[in-house]
Amino acid sequence: MAEAAAHDHDDHRPHGWVRWVYSTNHKDIGTLYLIFAIIAGIIGAALSVAIRMELQEPGIQIFSGLAQMVYGMQGDAAIDGGKSMYNAFGAAHGLIMIFFMVMPALIGGFANWMVPIMIGAPDMAFPRMNNISFWLLPPAFILLLCSMFVPSAPGAFGPGGGWTIYPPLSTSGQPGPALDLAILSIHIAGASSILGAINFITTIFNMRAPGMTLHKMPLFAWAVLITAFLLLLSLPVLAGAITMLLTDRNFGTAFFVPDQGGDPILFQHLFWFFGHPEVYILILPGFGIVSHIVSTFSKKPVFGYLGMAYAMVAIGAVGFIVWAHHMYTTGLSLDTQRYFVFATMVIAVPTGVKIFSWIATMWGGSISFKPPMLWALGFIFLFTIGGVTGVQLANAGLDRSLHDTYFVIAHFHYVLSLGAVFAIFAGWYYWFPKMTGYMYSPVIANTHFWVTFVGVNLIFFPQHFLGLAGMPRRTVDYPDAFAGWNMISSYGSYIAAVGVAIFLYGVFEAFQKKRVAGANPWGEGATTLEWQLPSPPPFHQWEQLPKIK
Amino acid sequence: MRKFLASAEFLAGAAASAVLFSSAAAHADQPREWEVTFQAPATDMMRQIERFGNYTMWFIVPITILVLVLLLVCIVRFRASANPVPSRTSHNTLIEVIWTVGPVIVLLLIAIPSFQLLTAQYTPPEEAKLTVKATGNQWNWDYEYQVDKTFSFNSAVLQDADRAKAGKEDRARYPRLLAVDNELVVPVNTMTRVLITATDVIHSFAVPSFGIKMDAVPGRTNETWFKAEKEGLYYGQCSQLCGKDHAFMPIAVRVVSDAQFKTWLETAKTNVPAANKALMAEIDGTNKVAAAGN
Repeated sequence: MAEAAAHDHDDHRPHGWVRWVYSTNHKDIGTLYLIFAIIAGIIGAALSVAIRMELQEPGIQIFSGLAQMVYGMQGDAAIDGGKSMYNAFGAAHGLIMIFFMVMPALIGGFANWMVPIMIGAPDMAFPRMNNISFWLLPPAFILLLCSMFVPSAPGAFGPGGGWTIYPPLSTSGQPGPALDLAILSIHIAGASSILGAINFITTIFNMRAPGMTLHKMPLFAWAVLITAFLLLLSLPVLAGAITMLLTDRNFGTAFFVPDQGGDPILFQHLFWFFGHPEVYILILPGFGIVSHIVSTFSKKPVFGYLGMAYAMVAIGAVGFIVWAHHMYTTGLSLDTQRYFVFATMVIAVPTGVKIFSWIATMWGGSISFKPPMLWALGFIFLFTIGGVTGVQLANAGLDRSLHDTYFVIAHFHYVLSLGAVFAIFAGWYYWFPKMTGYMYSPVIANTHFWVTFVGVNLIFFPQHFLGLAGMPRRTVDYPDAFAGWNMISSYGSYIAAVGVAIFLYGVFEAFQKKRVAGANPWGEGATTLEWQLPSPPPFHQWEQLPKIK
Repeated sequence: MRKFLASAEFLAGAAASAVLFSSAAAHADQPREWEVTFQAPATDMMRQIERFGNYTMWFIVPITILVLVLLLVCIVRFRASANPVPSRTSHNTLIEVIWTVGPVIVLLLIAIPSFQLLTAQYTPPEEAKLTVKATGNQWNWDYEYQVDKTFSFNSAVLQDADRAKAGKEDRARYPRLLAVDNELVVPVNTMTRVLITATDVIHSFAVPSFGIKMDAVPGRTNETWFKAEKEGLYYGQCSQLCGKDHAFMPIAVRVVSDAQFKTWLETAKTNVPAANKALMAEIDGTNKVAAAGN
């Protein structure tokens, strides 16, 4: 089967820049997405390191200098400009990591590469739409980067309202063009994701190989299918909300302007109706990847396959009806809060099913601790920590004290920065040999893991303490009592930054040494279809469709 | 699978570590260095929140430890060198039911006190005796006392240059970024209603040791309440990103005795700075006597 698919098609294959810019090949587009995600991730990480440098000590250290350097401000203006710049860095860090790092890596990158191969399809259903999905992203990213250099409020540059862009701070609070550019950036990135979602849904529903029923489909394909539905249903709501924001800003409408009959809280409802499914969009593909890796390196099939698949369906469905747990302090009525507490806690059940099923997959297995498995194990444990603090935050009564503090920052970075990102690296080390044909150095990959593991835990674990002690999030400076844990947190950030450097060196080293990986470097445990193809797979695979028993 | 099942009793054991998270310094009315817990409660509501928070630790810490232990067991017992031949087990209905129902029970055990706490927060035990309206502005607060003769004043972060003039040079008592020029003054053991709104963007009125946090939203008035149990100076900070000086709009509440409050209120109706000065002189005088008494 693999031999049949591998026969040479060089005559149809475009070369040079045409291959990449005009690409309709899911693997080439996936590679473009991955390169894009790496670049965006480095920029997003650099922003976060700047934030941690600022917070290493009380007082304003580096942002006044940065404002001087970048915007040419002097004296007090530089201090004020620096404070606004800090806010813009926070907003840009969030938006970049979500829209331009995690989503492109997991959905655009890994899903584009692997879903068609895994389900035995020659390509995506709409190859040209796949191309436009990717090529919408660079302009969106450039718009966001440009927004950092244009005015927002008097004496301030960059969109300084957090990634949540709540009005009125994002309307009358920042009249300059920075917010308009940021909003257009999100519009375009959202359109890109909607097109991608349509493509995945169509592909998965219509192009599975003969015999591959939905209930035989690999869990990563399940995860991407559910993610695609979440994208398709939630992003239009965000698009509507930010369009209203845009017209409020520029055309005199008053959707969110209270003194003209609008309501700023309406925006929060719309935003989080998108925003909460969004966090599952970020983590579900990671769930799929981790399932494959745990099964591969335990040499066992996934435990409770159907439970795993439908747990994701449940998470996706319930994820749509919990949005206002981000809004417990906005003045929601008691009954509203009661409902959202209840609904939010329900999500812990399918999530628990997943954690325990991963452990049960390992149980009785014959586990080899290759780099992808190390990252997957790290994912399971750290995601559990983020999950249980999520259960605490679900309780509105307790959230009264924790909302908008560093406890929340710690929680969502445990599930995203230590969850989704660990899943991305797990997937990277799992599929890198398949995508490139080269094997990386396991020593470098393991070093990358341990340095990152120590770094990110040092960053985020102490932030639980800061949050309990009452430190509000999104502040450029803090009372001196918070200095200790902030210092530790900042040191962790530098260690994690070293981890990024090791990662990049590992990629460079793999391409330099060109160790041939072979079709299946992971052995008998790797059972999904991609391991039946040579590494890298032929330009067009499955010209003869695989038959699934 | 039987062994796996046996270790799944996550309600028992290992919970002792939760105790680590439950102690707190006795006189904390502001954040302390290297603090790992909530600030010490100054209201019954915050004590309830803290109690519930500690209660949840008894579930989440053991669950986390359980997951860690199971992972370690897998790593040790089922590593390739120790267990070269993998089992092919991929189903066990009983255990799947257990790890679905188990969490449901845990969540119920958390939900019951959680709903009680939430209900208590929206069910003040008595009528408010004092109503204060807090209005958030970029980047300071206006406090309006809704008494027989309504009056209001502005409260902004204390600038270092003004410390000497304000008599607030003690940085332990008036910490940087927490101290303000004019504190919100309320009587001790008195049900106080706070009406919260904003003039420009969204802010959030939060006092951690009181267990309150409520967004200040332009165009609507939110309401919360507290009943401070102990005289002293309590600090909070704006808790919703509100622009450049979000880090610089603290909330300071001075809880005083009934008599002190009455005196202060009478003067404050016409002259807030004078009222504050007199109040500080009295409180700091008492503090000095107490200190000398040591």
